[in-house]
Amino acid sequence: MIHSLFLVNASGDIFLEKHWKSVVSRSVCDYFFEAQERATEPENVPPVIPTPHHYLISVLRHRIYFVAVIQSEVPPLFVIEFLHRVVDTFQDYFGVCTEAAIKDNVVVVYELLEEMLDNGFPLATESNILKELIKPPTILRTMVNTITGSTNVGEQLPTGQLSVVPWRRTGVKYTNNEAYFDVVEEIDAIIDKSGSTITAEIQGVIDACVKLTGMPDLTLSFMNPRLLDDVSFHPCVRFKRWEAERILSFIPPDGNFRLLSYHVSSQNLVAIPVYVKHNITFREGSSQGRFDLTLGPKQTMGKAVESVLVSSQLPRGVLNANLNPSQGTYTFDPVTKLLSWDVGKINPQKLPSLKGTMSLQAGASKPDENPTINIQFKIQQMAISGLKVNRLDMYGEKYKPFKGIKYMTKAGKFQRCVWIAGSDRYYTNRASLIIVTS
Amino acid sequence: EVMLIPTRPRLFSVCRNEDLKEMLESSKESLKLEAMKRIVGLIAKGKNASELFPAVVKNVASKNIELKKLVYVYLVRYAEEQQDLALLSISTFQRALKDPNQFIRASALRVLSSIRVPIIVPIMMLAIKEAAADLSPYVRKTSAHAIQKLFSLDADQKEQLIEVIEKLLKDKSTLVAGSVVMAFEEVCPDRIDLIHKNYRKLCNLLVDVEEWGQVVIISMLTRYARTQFTSPWKEVRGQSGEVMKAFYESDSEEKKGHTEEKPYIMDPDHRLLLRNTKPLLQSRNTAVVMSVAQLYWHLAPKHEVSIVTKSLVRLLRSHREVQYIVLQNIATMSIQRKGMFEPFMKSFYVRSTDATHIKTLKLEILTNLANEANISTILREFQTYVKSQDKAFAAATIQAIGRCATNISEVTDTCLNGLVLLLSNRDETVVAESVVVIKKLLQTQPTQHSEIIKHMAKLFDNITVPMARASILWLIGEYCERVPKIAPDVLRKMAKSFTAEEDIVKLQTVNLAAKLYLTNSKQTKLLTQYILNLGKYDQNYDIRDRTRFIRQLIVPSEKSGALNKYARRILLAPKPAPVLESSFKDRDRFQLGTLSHSLNSKATGYQELSDWPAVAPDQSVRNVEIIEASGSDSEEESSESEKTSSDSGKSSSGSEQSSSESELEQKKKKKTKKVPQKKSKPTAADRYSEIPAVCWSLRVTTSSFGPVKTYELLHHMTGKGLAAKYHFPRQPCLYQPSMVAVQVILSNSSDHSLEEIHIGDRSPASLSIHCFNTIERLEPEASVTVSMGIDFSDSTQAANFQLCTKEDQFSVSIQPAVGELLMPSSMTEQDFCKEQGKLQGMNETSATITMETANASSQAISKQVLSVANVGVVSSSQNNFSRFAGRTVSSGALVLVSLELKESSTALLTINTEKTVMASMLLRDIKQALTQA
Repeated sequence: MIHSLFLVNASGDIFLEKHWKSVVSRSVCDYFFEAQERATEPENVPPVIPTPHHYLISVLRHRIYFVAVIQSEVPPLFVIEFLHRVVDTFQDYFGVCTEAAIKDNVVVVYELLEEMLDNGFPLATESNILKELIKPPTILRTMVNTITGSTNVGEQLPTGQLSVVPWRRTGVKYTNNEAYFDVVEEIDAIIDKSGSTITAEIQGVIDACVKLTGMPDLTLSFMNPRLLDDVSFHPCVRFKRWEAERILSFIPPDGNFRLLSYHVSSQNLVAIPVYVKHNITFREGSSQGRFDLTLGPKQTMGKAVESVLVSSQLPRGVLNANLNPSQGTYTFDPVTKLLSWDVGKINPQKLPSLKGTMSLQAGASKPDENPTINIQFKIQQMAISGLKVNRLDMYGEKYKPFKGIKYMTKAGKFQRCVWIAGSDRYYTNRASLIIVTS
Repeated sequence: EVMLIPTRPRLFSVCRNEDLKEMLESSKESLKLEAMKRIVGLIAKGKNASELFPAVVKNVASKNIELKKLVYVYLVRYAEEQQDLALLSISTFQRALKDPNQFIRASALRVLSSIRVPIIVPIMMLAIKEAAADLSPYVRKTSAHAIQKLFSLDADQKEQLIEVIEKLLKDKSTLVAGSVVMAFEEVCPDRIDLIHKNYRKLCNLLVDVEEWGQVVIISMLTRYARTQFTSPWKEVRGQSGEVMKAFYESDSEEKKGHTEEKPYIMDPDHRLLLRNTKPLLQSRNTAVVMSVAQLYWHLAPKHEVSIVTKSLVRLLRSHREVQYIVLQNIATMSIQRKGMFEPFMKSFYVRSTDATHIKTLKLEILTNLANEANISTILREFQTYVKSQDKAFAAATIQAIGRCATNISEVTDTCLNGLVLLLSNRDETVVAESVVVIKKLLQTQPTQHSEIIKHMAKLFDNITVPMARASILWLIGEYCERVPKIAPDVLRKMAKSFTAEEDIVKLQTVNLAAKLYLTNSKQTKLLTQYILNLGKYDQNYDIRDRTRFIRQLIVPSEKSGALNKYARRILLAPKPAPVLESSFKDRDRFQLGTLSHSLNSKATGYQELSDWPAVAPDQSVRNVEIIEASGSDSEEESSESEKTSSDSGKSSSGSEQSSSESELEQKKKKKTKKVPQKKSKPTAADRYSEIPAVCWSLRVTTSSFGPVKTYELLHHMTGKGLAAKYHFPRQPCLYQPSMVAVQVILSNSSDHSLEEIHIGDRSPASLSIHCFNTIERLEPEASVTVSMGIDFSDSTQAANFQLCTKEDQFSVSIQPAVGELLMPSSMTEQDFCKEQGKLQGMNETSATITMETANASSQAISKQVLSVANVGVVSSSQNNFSRFAGRTVSSGALVLVSLELKESSTALLTINTEKTVMASMLLRDIKQALTQA
């Protein structure tokens, strides 16, 4: 399946290669570099590239291309999913997945890749199993190993490999038994110029950090499970109980894992937590444009909207912007035309606003491109869908664990449409977009 | 050289090979390990370290496990280049293959089989055979991997390897299943006879196999099923008129008619596969979800395929690369099955943060999904895209608008007008693309458009993109008789600028000159000759060639011969309009989800999906003497594996138990541990429920437009605080296909909480209702939505039942509107007419109605009809006809509604169905909806 793997950095250097079958010359990457040159943005490199004798399937994460070399038919998603799993594992092991981290830990990287694939077919991809085979590097362990000559590599077959719960290792022991669950929701919305919602949907995940001794069997129930429309589970969740009782019943892996991802059905009304008032105008023949933007909270159940960051791609004709923020700071990059405004927390008593003028290229006609605005925000202690965890119970072990749950809402891909006065008549419906990403 | 391991103390600043050799030969383990780590660093960088082979290979038997592993890495990398030296290490592995520790056995086999040295093929073969019979499933798994390695080293071993594969296929361990199927696919994918006996076992094990194995098994089983079962799609064909006609028309074909009419019954094994893969749609692994989706696409009855939609749409939330592949597959699916993705249209709206190839794919899908009902929404969306700063994408959008315009005749004029407006856009690419698309559109309906041609002629001077200029010239030439005054003038201008033009523009100028010469030689004779002279001496031989040809064709001379007479017919022949179609049109020749599908060309090693056999091969080949249930399978397996692990644990005790705890402690732990583990073991049967066979009536093109009407079930005054409302969500009922889904919203407006809300007695007693689960507690001011299913047996008779709380009982009743007793049915216009032909006479009800003028457009008609009845729109080629098709939920009888518009706003409304009572009620409802404003 996967023949070789090349890691390529942003400047087009191969800084790591690994082969699982006979060696493929790194010149095969020339086809990749060609595609890279042709692409205007790093993201535009096509994920699947055919070459005369091989196929290259690549993913881009943390500004590193992971290029897999394939020799024959294989589902492309199989390779893509695996490559992402590799990145996740590196992140798990080294905290970050950067070129420097990979180079620093090249031996561990090699040992990991060796265990993850055998003859190009995935062998061990569960983090719990890998950690038994190869211990993650820590400064202390590195020092101890250097002195004593002991190793990072396990000699035994990981207990998970053979058990019916392959995701959990046996013999887990903690003095403080804790289980934390983070409910994180993202809103995707498109709002038209008049402020009414065209589409809005909520995507959520429950990430868990479970540090419990032994073989705990957990059940997690919700106050309102029917909110969850489409779900995908970690393999540990018992599907049958969910179908029958809408209860999550599982023996958790040890450590961090994603328990559940869900989608809240669009039939339920989504309350958009912020609103934007805008007035962006350009006048024909004038070299000035007006810019006026106000943000406000909406339906946040008294919770503060925090870490608000607004950024906007102004039209190319804009030379400079002279704006006055009521709070926070703003910057405008005259080269990329990117305006960004770090708002911070929204105070409902005194709404943040950004007002002023934009100067346009002299003599240039009124821009017909649409300014694009990005907003990021966070709301702690609230899941916007209203999803609530009812209770968490543990069976199978005697001790009393500490249980914690945290809710958070973030902006997902959030489009807002603004109308510029006097713009092209044919396209009256939407003249501009505001996009909010997290 | 740069140090590769900066976290290490810098003992040596230079790591020349000499130093490394010295380190490897030292007696200190830590030095050796350090050296190996540096060597691995070199390998990772792609540097050549083969010189060190002799020094490295000596350490292959090292006691230090990390050192040993790094030596393995080195060995596998360079063995092919240093075959003789590599042989030195073989005996070490042969010894390790007999090690009591299963992990050591497995890794020895892994490395041994990775050493690509032909001399050791017999040793490998022997090792594989032994490992395939090992007690440890982990070692058996490793042997399955080794099979592929040996096969790629020496294909002559195929026959022997197939024997091993055959043996391993019988293995009941979930650990082995994925790997052996992988080996099967690589070595002998055509030997499907090996699968027969293992088919049911593989289906049952599937949910417990690790994710990667699932992908491989599902893909293999898809191919298998296509050779073993008959098509589940036949039923649809059998229902259509063709077979029936053949049956009535000629006696000789009577026999054939009989056999075909036999109702299709799905092979239980076929159903087993569909049922056991369905839960995997909930997998977190995108490759697994995609492989189940393609399995349903290729194997499931047409009406069941739509269950994969939601999961595929979910994958669009994943990484960019995942989106890319999934969108490609959706693009192919959406051409054939619009209905599948139409409800999720908004998920394909483009975001400005998307990468260009993602945007283009979404555009493709939106274009595929466009129909009469949603086109206005889609066009509005496209209008924003045209303004995108990404000009390549804006151009692609204009092409898409062109496709919508040709596919949906209602909007052709709107699109054309919009495109004409774009001609005054400031951006050149947008203008150029619009010209090209307008040209194509005008060709499809060339009448009444001389205004647009004139407009384009006016713009001509300002357009510089060659392709656009050429397109305008062609248009003017082709329709020069419609613009008799402008055409010669354009030619005059072109004569002036001819030499400075691009080649395609020159060619079209010559073309225009020739056409004008034939139609209007008086005005253009001299101009044409001038242009032909310029063309004759052009640098490009294509242009010289064309000029020579045209001159011979149009200018009469002695040499010109017979063709001259036909010049007009040749140049001004009516040309067929270009077909604007999706680039994903014929992608479905490849199995979905494959690399070949993604590339749209056959990849090496692609296995064709065969057509369904006309007659199913013998089913009994899949029978196994003792049929085991999946649960007992894994039970047995796990106990076996437990035994094995404890076995090996005992014999290799030293290492295993010295880890941290004393033996005693471990034993104690095992005891406590075992109890919950047994109880909570998530076997297939436990984790995934059986899903009932979904019946044909799930054939859905869900088309719930407009606001849902809500009805009152129980007023809070009568309900002592409990209020209930209901509506019909128009979704297929999940509990039983013959039921109508009803959603009930219960709310508590009293000041105390209500307990145990449930459904009590019902009347008539035979009424079948799927109740919602009892609601334990409803707090004051709270409300909850529950779904239930009611089988109305295709009658509008009310379903009466009691809604109970802990203290009280309230009699309530749900009386359905007749339109809610239907499910939309998707069919083509032809099928519709055929079916309608069969439902004449008694089965036809019709009435002439006078519609409110606001309702006279076909879109308004669709809207009104769909608000009354849950039917599907049948796309129509005639403008004055609107057609809708549905089936009754309970019995599945066809209900066909057609509306023929007459002059002014009268229309003939016809309903064809066996259910005459329903027909008259439906007629009344639709009539009411259409005659009211």
